[in-house]
Amino acid sequence: MVKIDKKSLGLKYIIIAIIPIILFFISINIGRYSVSLTEFFQLIGNKFLGRNYQIEDTIDTVIFNIRIPRVIVAIFVGASLSVSGAAYQGMFKNPMVSPDILGASAGAGFGAALGILLSFNQISIQIISFSFGLIAVFLTYFISSRFGRSTDTIFLLILGGMLVGSLFQAFISLTKYVADPDEKLPAITFWLMGSLSSVRLSDILAILIPFIIGFSILFVMRWKMNVMSFGEEEAKTLGINTDRVRIAVILASTLLTSASVSRCGLIGWVGLVVPHLARMVFGPNFKYLIPASALMGGTYLLIVDNLARTMAKIEIPLGILTAIVGAPFFIYLLMRARKGW
Amino acid sequence: MKIEVRDLECGYDKKTILKNINLELKLGDSLCILGPNGVGKTTLFKTILGLLDKMGGSIDIDGRDMGSISRKELAKLIAYVPQAHVPPFPFKVLDVVSMGRTPHMSNFGGQNKEDAKISEEAIDLVGISYLKDEIYTEISGGERQMVLIARALAQQSQFLVMDEPTSNLDFGNQVKIMKIVKGLSENGKGIIMTSHFPDHTFIASNKVLAIGRDGYYKIGTPDEVVTSETLGDLYDIEAKVEDVYEGSVRIAKVCVPSI
Repeated sequence: MVKIDKKSLGLKYIIIAIIPIILFFISINIGRYSVSLTEFFQLIGNKFLGRNYQIEDTIDTVIFNIRIPRVIVAIFVGASLSVSGAAYQGMFKNPMVSPDILGASAGAGFGAALGILLSFNQISIQIISFSFGLIAVFLTYFISSRFGRSTDTIFLLILGGMLVGSLFQAFISLTKYVADPDEKLPAITFWLMGSLSSVRLSDILAILIPFIIGFSILFVMRWKMNVMSFGEEEAKTLGINTDRVRIAVILASTLLTSASVSRCGLIGWVGLVVPHLARMVFGPNFKYLIPASALMGGTYLLIVDNLARTMAKIEIPLGILTAIVGAPFFIYLLMRARKGW
Repeated sequence: MKIEVRDLECGYDKKTILKNINLELKLGDSLCILGPNGVGKTTLFKTILGLLDKMGGSIDIDGRDMGSISRKELAKLIAYVPQAHVPPFPFKVLDVVSMGRTPHMSNFGGQNKEDAKISEEAIDLVGISYLKDEIYTEISGGERQMVLIARALAQQSQFLVMDEPTSNLDFGNQVKIMKIVKGLSENGKGIIMTSHFPDHTFIASNKVLAIGRDGYYKIGTPDEVVTSETLGDLYDIEAKVEDVYEGSVRIAKVCVPSI
């Protein structure tokens, strides 16, 4: 495990904060419609500094209406999923859980699919997705605490998550089955595979607001989450109202998960892999882990999304890529960090 | 300041496990609870810690009913030293000890400089400064137990409740922990601990509560309670309690089972 001293910690933060900024500029210039750096700066000059360079209108549209929203949403979806994964892991004292494993993603996914099926508007889809995400997490938690003894809760939590996850997957299939095959079915199917291709300017707020709320709640709870990873009883004797903290953390994490899922579909593995990576570099203290997960998660999903839209002639669904990248990466993490998480 | 337990009845899931428990613990007292496995020692002190609701009787701390004291306030009065276990995440020893400062922190913040200083002092007091920057999950069981004691000291509560602090430890570590316990009560902390070693009561306790099956119950000084008769009643064995002399000076007392 890494030893942490304050100085190297600061340096590491600077590094993981600079990478997404550099990537941001690279990302908005690559893609099928390539924009050179010169053109990009001329465009910025025109927009904000009142210059008058000759640029095609298409470049303007591509950059401001498509790429910038997409890149920003990619960063915040990655950050949301990673932060919620880190929080779930602390809350359930279990390094193996993530939004996917707890059933939160499937629950939120079903909520959103139902919303699409019933032609809800964007905000209603988010609310119903959040509600079903919460129902799923509480179901999983109920199963593990009701039937588990203190020694095997990790096992039961994962089992409960699988159960709840497949239940909601079945509900998702049901919504697909009854969906209108010409219009609704393709919409639900493509959205489920996970994609940022339809992201527009208006989506930025839909992901940014839940992120700010969820992140702030979790950051405020950072110390209590540290203590709670030692178990319920110890946390109580250290003066913590554990029920209140648990509910606040689950609400905040599920808000982060469902906001991502309802806009961008099921993007797996991010919430499991990134918190591990962040913990390897910054240690388990949530004070450092939460901001680090956000920064590293944003970077990770931005890289994967860049691959998704540039690797092949057609765009590869993001959820497929995160799984293909995530699974072997997780095996690598397991091999490296066997002695501690 | 004292903890007063009157006619306490405790248990869980509506099942009474112990009743008619009476005891009083002042600062500087060190009470050891002895008894066979499954008799309700853990239930008793979890009730005293407020982790289980009492089923009858009263627990007063400093003259106030325990039920009226908030968790945070209670944590400033009583600290809990659990049996050392391995948490899922590799926290640093200093971080673990700092968690003792939780009841003194503001609701939404983290630790400040003062908290860090108190945590370091607690680490020094237990004599584990060399462990400060180690990873808690990678040190030995005895060391983890000492870290948890340091955490309880950082909590700066008057009373400490320790769950079998010497279980799972080798002989040397058992002695180290008993020395620390003794030192703490001499410095004015009130201590309640459970133990499976009647010998330890002679080293570190001035009060013993023996709980047996079927309502068997005895409280007093170690010399009064830990006798061959009590050990027979508690554990259903034959054992002698003998003085150990060095020349003509009594230096210790030990329990010797006859097999």
